[in-house]
Amino acid sequence: MNAPDQSPLTSNFSPSQSPLGYPTNLLAPGQTYETVNATIADVPLKPAPGPWWVGFIIASLLLLMFLVAVTWLFIKGVGIWGVNVPVAWGFAIVNFVWWVGIAHAGTFISAILLLLFQPWRTAINRFTEAMTLFAVCCAGLMPLLHLGRPWVFYWLLPYPDTMRLWPQFRSPLVWDVFAVGTYFTISLLFWYLGLVPDLATVRDRAKKLWQKKLYGFFALGWRNSAAHWQRHQIAYLLLAGLATPLVLSVHSVVSFDFAVAIVPGWHSTIFPPYFVAGAIYSGFAMALNIIIPVRKIYHLEHLITGRYLNNMANIMLVTGMIVAYGYFIEAFMAWYSGDIFEIYMMMNRAFGPYGWVFWLLMLCNVLVPQALWSARIRRNALLLFVVALFINVGMWIERFVIVISSLNRDYSPSTWAMFYPTKWDWMTLFGSVGLFLTLLFLFIKFLPMISISETRELVAEPEKATTP
Amino acid sequence: MNHPASNGRARPQGAPDGSASRPYQRETDEFVPGSNEWPDDLSRREFLRLAGATLALAGLNSCTKQPLETIVPYVKQPEIVIPGKPLRFATASQFGGFGQGLLVTAYEGRPTKIEGNPTHPASLGATTVWSQADVLDLYDPDRAQTVTTGGAIKTVSDFWDALNLAIEPLKQNGGAAFRILSEPISSPTLLAQLDRVLQSFPAARWAIWDPLNRDTIAGAEVICDFTKAKVVVAFDSDFLYAHPYALRNARDVANRRRVIEPHGAGMNRFYAAEPTPTITGSNADHRIAVAARDVLPLAQTIAAELGIGVATPRNIENADWIAAVVRDLNASRGESVVIAGETQPPELHALVAQMNAMLGNMGNTVAATPALSLPGSQIAFGDLVEEMQRSAVELLVIFGGNPRYDAPADFNFADAFNKVKLRVHHSVYFNETSRHSHWHVPATHFLESWSDTRAFDGSVSIVQPLIEPMYVGVSAHEILEAVTERSPRSAYEILRSHWSGPEPAPDFEAKWRRALSDGVVTEFQPPSFAGAGQSIAPAPSATPLEKRQRSEARGSQLEILFRPDVSVRDGRYANNGWLQELPRRFSSLTWDNAALISPELAKAAGLNNGDVVELTFRDRKLRAPLWIQPGQAKHSVTLPLGYGREIVGGVGRNVGFNAYALRTSDSLWFADDLTIHKTADRHWLVTTQHHHDVTGRGILHDGTLDEFLADPHYAQKPEELPPLGYTLYDPSEYPYKGYKWGMVVDLNVCIGCHACTIACQAENNIPVVGKQQVGVHREMHWIRVSTFYSGTEENPRITHQPVPCMHCENAPCELVCPVAATAHDNEGLNLQIYNRCVGTRYCSNNCPYKVRRFNFLEYNGRLSPSEKLVKNPDVTVRSRGVMEKCTYCIQRINAARITAELDQRKIRDGEIVPACAQVCPVEAITFGNMNDPRSRLMRLKRSPLNYWMLGELNTQPRTSYLAKLRNVNAELVRSD
Repeated sequence: MNAPDQSPLTSNFSPSQSPLGYPTNLLAPGQTYETVNATIADVPLKPAPGPWWVGFIIASLLLLMFLVAVTWLFIKGVGIWGVNVPVAWGFAIVNFVWWVGIAHAGTFISAILLLLFQPWRTAINRFTEAMTLFAVCCAGLMPLLHLGRPWVFYWLLPYPDTMRLWPQFRSPLVWDVFAVGTYFTISLLFWYLGLVPDLATVRDRAKKLWQKKLYGFFALGWRNSAAHWQRHQIAYLLLAGLATPLVLSVHSVVSFDFAVAIVPGWHSTIFPPYFVAGAIYSGFAMALNIIIPVRKIYHLEHLITGRYLNNMANIMLVTGMIVAYGYFIEAFMAWYSGDIFEIYMMMNRAFGPYGWVFWLLMLCNVLVPQALWSARIRRNALLLFVVALFINVGMWIERFVIVISSLNRDYSPSTWAMFYPTKWDWMTLFGSVGLFLTLLFLFIKFLPMISISETRELVAEPEKATTP
Repeated sequence: MNHPASNGRARPQGAPDGSASRPYQRETDEFVPGSNEWPDDLSRREFLRLAGATLALAGLNSCTKQPLETIVPYVKQPEIVIPGKPLRFATASQFGGFGQGLLVTAYEGRPTKIEGNPTHPASLGATTVWSQADVLDLYDPDRAQTVTTGGAIKTVSDFWDALNLAIEPLKQNGGAAFRILSEPISSPTLLAQLDRVLQSFPAARWAIWDPLNRDTIAGAEVICDFTKAKVVVAFDSDFLYAHPYALRNARDVANRRRVIEPHGAGMNRFYAAEPTPTITGSNADHRIAVAARDVLPLAQTIAAELGIGVATPRNIENADWIAAVVRDLNASRGESVVIAGETQPPELHALVAQMNAMLGNMGNTVAATPALSLPGSQIAFGDLVEEMQRSAVELLVIFGGNPRYDAPADFNFADAFNKVKLRVHHSVYFNETSRHSHWHVPATHFLESWSDTRAFDGSVSIVQPLIEPMYVGVSAHEILEAVTERSPRSAYEILRSHWSGPEPAPDFEAKWRRALSDGVVTEFQPPSFAGAGQSIAPAPSATPLEKRQRSEARGSQLEILFRPDVSVRDGRYANNGWLQELPRRFSSLTWDNAALISPELAKAAGLNNGDVVELTFRDRKLRAPLWIQPGQAKHSVTLPLGYGREIVGGVGRNVGFNAYALRTSDSLWFADDLTIHKTADRHWLVTTQHHHDVTGRGILHDGTLDEFLADPHYAQKPEELPPLGYTLYDPSEYPYKGYKWGMVVDLNVCIGCHACTIACQAENNIPVVGKQQVGVHREMHWIRVSTFYSGTEENPRITHQPVPCMHCENAPCELVCPVAATAHDNEGLNLQIYNRCVGTRYCSNNCPYKVRRFNFLEYNGRLSPSEKLVKNPDVTVRSRGVMEKCTYCIQRINAARITAELDQRKIRDGEIVPACAQVCPVEAITFGNMNDPRSRLMRLKRSPLNYWMLGELNTQPRTSYLAKLRNVNAELVRSD
């Protein structure tokens, strides 16, 4: 594809490449406040381009399929899925963990990189935060659909019940409710707070009255005053500080769903770090899968430069190696424990009836990402896109392996049985992708998809825009 | 009918308008005829007027309140009925022509649960799976509900008229063209009535047809006392399961095998030789798989070695087994039992009788059964069919059975049947025979009418009804009376007058009442009838088996075996959902039968489970799916009977293949010359257990008696248990002050009959989910019986293990439930609170025993009104999305608690009997209070054989097991 990092720099400040040969500039040359404003803020104000419509219609159709699947589910019950005893958890939980994992990149990029003063987050943070929110929406729906009696889901919440009944706080599922709920709330606030100055920019550029009114309402009267900025920055940093531990805690708590249980293959102390690394891994993969096409369609190459892609690929490489280490250590511990149940679980996982899924996982999550060692691949948007796609599929398969191939043969051989997904399982999975994409397309259409104010900062302080 | 049983008048309270006793029909025609046609003369004004009226009427209609449904209280409160409190009545049922003593629970006149009658010598309080399931048949909406002729609904008096009309002309020549066909009958009253009919029609004849007949034993039927037997040798005999005296046999054998303490421990030694695994064979210490045709030579060899002069065949296999059997038999003369099954030829039975006599068992452990006197004028079934074929039969009355479906294929019964001028069929279900009869008269279920019956050991019971006939039902007594009398009396009058005689004794009433409440007649002799005493052996229904040709070179030929299905028997239970879904022993197949083949044959022919093969036998062909059955004799192919029914209710339709299509009169049980061809088709067979290997896990502990005597605690050693009381919680915080419930399952005596599974289903309102749902592993049984194989695939050791909820002290399910829907109570029960359950299914994942069952769909949603009546009112009917599991029958615990608290005492040991324990023929399940050191339960828990399933997980289950022991012959093991 295009290679903006190859172009000669007009910037006077530093060489275009680091000593290792990576591109270093975050912004393409020649950017001014107005170009930034125009590029980003005009997207919501102008009619959507053709490719947007194509994507949006496909996403809506998928969403429609999701609604059909969910309606039938509510009418008939979870029996329309392939779940059974012993495999009482199926696609819904797999999807849940997958979506929660995807939701990790946003906060990681926004909060942790903000606290670490990494300027290369600027062009992608808005995007990934939105992605986080929508992924949490999809994730949050899954346990609800998973319930045998979804209409009483609120029993998992601690509300003043006339019978003085509380949730059972020893259950990791209750921790999940809190963890995911908190994560969603903080992510929403963080995202919205970052949006406020940009909404004001859109408001100011809007020509139509309804646009002015609408964006004006959500801009909360932002006037770009120094006092506004001072308070905004403090609040933003505070929220970033709050969100940072959440990045680690949410997926740790999700991993407790498994680690607390006594099922061989679940009951493992490595789960929290391994899950968090996996989550960031898949989050970045999903971010790349979305950013790369959007960047192309909206011609944002000068804002989301190769530098971003390169850095994200690096993070995927690191987290991918942690995940691979997790796979290895799981197998090692199964052998080292000498526990017949653990050993059998590992053998069954790799060579049992779902063995092919396990090796597919190894292909997607361990083998293919090794390509990221090559700078050429990291700089090639198309190849990066393909690798990220592998990782996304791989991470879904990983959760399938953990949930299903552990349950299908646990302690009592006389109850061992296979799980086969039904068409409703697949419709729910792809339907939830539809929900995610629909929300994402609406976001792209109606909100500034890159932080205008932060990009303007890069223009104003060009030394920030390059890192050695 | 003034017995209390009929006081309730069988009107369920929920259906005061009697809707429950009306036939259940789907409303096919909702609108009045012609309402959907457009009238020709409709003007605009008329149309608007009609539309307005429609709107108003329909609109107003939806505004009306629901119709008032008044619940009618008893106008006269029956003395003994307390609403909500069940009553139990003794009665009896017929099983293969023999009586089974029962105790039936009824709520306000609605029978819901069948138990064994403890005072009945043939059951001792246990029941078979079939007796358990009988109550479901009672409420089956597919039962025949009206008298029909050619599909048209008639009244009973129409039938009486037609019968009289047909009989009148027959009287002239003594009923020469009048024939009666029945199933085996042991009812004294019915036999007397039959005798009367046959006397008034001297030329009329009577025949018996039972596809599972015991004709090969005819006359040589024996009753064995297994309590005295040290050595038991069974030749293709399923005397623990499919035998009319099986419940008693199982109890007696178990009592000789129960081991609790090493001190004084002793077990009988049990040898079995059989072609296809049976419950009996699976419990043998040494079982060999031999083809059915090789059982006789095997027995002959043993007989010869015992000193009976018979020709010994050459080249006999299993020499070591034979030697061991002979040695053990010789060592325990007078204290052994040799028994052969009804599937073996009469020669074997004669030989077995000789062996028992020779060993001095006759009179000690083996005795002849009391003879049953039958009316004369009996002809063989084959002769009857021949007469029918000659069109010599003008009136044929068939009581029960289904000969058009299950008669031998070579009889061509269908053809012969159509040549009978007037065919009357009397049966509970409208079946294949009914479809081709002129008249079908619905029979009353045994819970609906009066009768009497006689058990295998000769004890007679009165069959008393618990409910008014739900539909138009006529009993066999009434029909037989209608043959001689113009208008028959009721079954009750017939029965009572028969027992009281023309002049009742002054104490008759008291004795009668005692007989009814005991369930066994002890105080008076059953009245005899003229011609009694002529105890003739029943005429063989088929060509004697001796006629079969035996070729010497048949070693590798395939042998065909016909066996009753372990669930639906001869097909009579085909419409019973509980039985269809009950896993078949060993294979755990449900909702299907399959041709069972040996692993060797499968390997040699490249066959797999579910492959459809074409079986060719005597030029008849049949397509059947296969199932590879470890323990099957190498060249034997078993075809379970009772499937492929065509005229049957919704449950039994399209289930399995009809093996009767190949069964001929000279091959009722087995024959040579079967060929099989693989076809390209496959059939979806559905099982509940897919893995039969414990893979070395601490699930099943077994060993030999010698190992146990050498080291009594051997069974508790294999796993490293965590130290007890290893907990983060303070154990003194929640002590069990009152009761502490627990259970022990004695694997050593468990025979694997699955009666517990079905008793639990009946007691706890467990739904039937159907083949498709079992296929995706959603069966709902709260107690499963796992079957494990060990040793070689050709002849594995088979162990059965019933698995209910363990009620763990450290229950893994409890801590993961987010809404506390499963919790511990103060007596240590692991409760499941349906109302609170949201259905996360986490508890099931975390249960290492996988005993939790989930309502994935609304399994109770499609019940007809009558099917709802079978539900136990003390147990919640669970809805969709809710987890459920064994509760230790908490409703029974609470019933006992209420009684005890009213009496201001503690619950006594043995007062609470869970449904599974109550039904168990071998008393393998014991329930009780672990806080009472003197309870039977604690005596078992102190046994060195006591172990926890997967105890190393530190779940500390309340349900523990006694390890399985085998009393192996050390010499036989060495020679292995």
